Amino acid sequence: MDKSKRKFIGLAAVAGVGAVVPKVAFPHEEFSGYPDGYGVLHDTNLCIGCRSCEAACNEVNGLPAPDQPFDDMSVLEKKRRTNHKTYTVVNEYKTSESPELPVFRKIQCNHCLEPACASACFVGAFTKTPEGAVVYNPSVCVGCRYCIIACPFNIPAYEYNEPLTPRVIKCTLCQPRVKEGKLPGCVEACPQEALIYGKRDNLIKIARERIRKYPDRYVDHIYGEHEVGGTSWLYLSGVPFDEIGLRTDLGNTPAPELTCGALAMVPIIVSLWPALLGGIYLTTKRKEKIAHHEKTTAVNDAIAKTQAEAAAKAKVAVEKAKKDKEFAIAREVKKALAEAAKQSGEEKK
Amino acid sequence: MTNPISPVKRPLLCPFNVITGIIILIGLPLTFMRFTGGLGAVANINDTNPWGIWIGFDLLTGVALAAGGYVTGAAVEIFGMKKYHAALRPALLTGFLGYSMVVFALLFDVGRPWRLPYMFIFPGTTSVMFEVGACVMVYLTVLFLEFCPVALEWLGLSKLRKPLIRIAIPLTILGVMLSTLHQSSLGAMFLIAPSKLHPLWYSSYIPVFFFVSSIAAGLSMVIFESSLSHRNFGDMMDETHQASRDTVTLGFGKAASIVLAGYFGIKVVGVAYGNHWNLLLTHYGLWFQLEMLGFVLLPCFLYAIGVRDKNVKLIRITALITVLGIALNRLNITLIAFNWHLPADERYFPHWMEIGITVFVVTVGLVIFRFIVTHMPIFFEHPDYKGSH
Ligand code: SF4
Ligand code: SF4
Ligand code: SF4
Repeated sequence: MDKSKRKFIGLAAVAGVGAVVPKVAFPHEEFSGYPDGYGVLHDTNLCIGCRSCEAACNEVNGLPAPDQPFDDMSVLEKKRRTNHKTYTVVNEYKTSESPELPVFRKIQCNHCLEPACASACFVGAFTKTPEGAVVYNPSVCVGCRYCIIACPFNIPAYEYNEPLTPRVIKCTLCQPRVKEGKLPGCVEACPQEALIYGKRDNLIKIARERIRKYPDRYVDHIYGEHEVGGTSWLYLSGVPFDEIGLRTDLGNTPAPELTCGALAMVPIIVSLWPALLGGIYLTTKRKEKIAHHEKTTAVNDAIAKTQAEAAAKAKVAVEKAKKDKEFAIAREVKKALAEAAKQSGEEKK
Repeated sequence: MTNPISPVKRPLLCPFNVITGIIILIGLPLTFMRFTGGLGAVANINDTNPWGIWIGFDLLTGVALAAGGYVTGAAVEIFGMKKYHAALRPALLTGFLGYSMVVFALLFDVGRPWRLPYMFIFPGTTSVMFEVGACVMVYLTVLFLEFCPVALEWLGLSKLRKPLIRIAIPLTILGVMLSTLHQSSLGAMFLIAPSKLHPLWYSSYIPVFFFVSSIAAGLSMVIFESSLSHRNFGDMMDETHQASRDTVTLGFGKAASIVLAGYFGIKVVGVAYGNHWNLLLTHYGLWFQLEMLGFVLLPCFLYAIGVRDKNVKLIRITALITVLGIALNRLNITLIAFNWHLPADERYFPHWMEIGITVFVVTVGLVIFRFIVTHMPIFFEHPDYKGSH
């Protein structure tokens, strides 16, 4: 019993290490961006907030009709975000530099080079394609919404009112259209060329060139070049980026790096714990056994000792009784003899 | 003592049955609404706040409070502290039911619950969520196997029971390993969102914080639950159970005090490591201090005093404070300090129907718990198997 248990623990430890190590050593295999991928450069200096991109996106993707028509500019008064009916929205920002001249920025998935959403999904529903898009596969999604927790830009939306087939909703970078050789719907529709589609490397060059040419018009930073490890969608701005709703405190660490340390602990615990706990178990078991053994020996000794003592006592008692008896007999005999002598004396008288 | 085999008859219309009955009657239509109208029909979660109390309370707090099973298992079976043996079965039962309820609650929360097994078909191995999901599923099976002997004793199937008793030790070891993994990973899930969780709660040590605090939670739950059970099911307990109750309370109270002290220490290290001292006097900082001082350091001292004075009552109250503190911590991380930078109108507050479903899930758990402890050998040893485990 004991032996087989020990064997089991040993085997379990070995099996644990063998089975888990190769599979869990994944964080480093994780892909780190396709350098040749495509992206979009959004120059907010050129954007006039006409919402043509929103309308085009809605059309090419066959999305449900919006609550308010796309030519209704009053929607710009409120801060909006992507939702289950919209892949992209344009927001208006009043900035410190020119309050009377608002800045517009288009919001959609930034197609991160190392996407947090993809790293977070526990069924691998997101894929970063070599073309640049981060695409979502609704046929495996379980609906845990961890991708939405993970996305640093608050992009993915969810069909909360769909009982049976809820999906995560987000921009696809028009992957189907791009595959057909077409431009993304929004890029094609933009009347101001505030959106340019192209190889990410080229877009960065174009952006640098614009900053170099018009240093007084642009902030010297390409948003998305390095943020969260880089994104396929890039932004230029004339005002600080946090004034147009782009967080500047996200850092440059790609999402997979944030969790790989914790994930790397898994094989360690899987291989170490059974051995450690098994060892402790066997030690306590052994200690218990020794304690048990010592206890039983002690008890046995004690019993033996008492028994011996009792026997000795009994012997003494018996001897004493014997002696007492002998003495008593002798006394009785003596008494009888005396009596007899007395009687015979009396008879003589 | 009453004969354990024929449990005391309890009246059908007792307050417990009436209240739980009403809650379940409310829960059923809510469940119907959830599965016909979608998540949005009953919950206030939205695109910016995709997780609500079903994750913050049902999953995160639930798993932490169900830690009693692995903590007691490790103490009794692996570290050989046999004097706590009477606490093992109730703790395993709460663990098993706790995890069952967590999974039950998840069926409400995830969009397409019938696809949960997909994680084993399309494993997203880069995801901390995958680790949590896989560990919780396997651990639930382990708890089930650990609990089986109880049900088999009740059913009188001693043949099936034997092999299960024999693998008790490997199961315990597996359980402790799985618990270490997923208790810590529940915290690690938030590592991916440094821009959303308040810096006082975000730390690269968060997996360690979760693991250590789960031990305190487990110990405290065993103490707390034993005092509740004693009040309600005292008539089901045999002498051994009665007699060892104070031993368990004192021993676990002492352990909890030490664990809480360690937990407080590493939390301070966390603040120091991030150099966030300056945040301690902000609103969130004061809230953080309340959690740390009122629900970690205070119970740590109260436990110590309770143990020194052998004040069982104080230890029980402290257990409740600790349990509340762990719940507060988990809610802070998932809800209160999450998305902290957003304006108030973009924040989450639970809908009453969401709370209703949580109460419903907990109630179902309580009803099953009550059924099991009033029928199966939990607080007493089955006379046929005395001393055999
Ligand atoms: S922006 Fe968000 S949704 Fe888009 S790829 Fe990045 S992490 Fe994913
Ligand atoms: S909601 Fe779907 S896509 Fe998002 S992480 Fe969960 S399973 Fe993956
Ligand atoms: S790239 Fe396509 S899906 Fe994305 S915002 Fe533009 S039109 Fe919409």
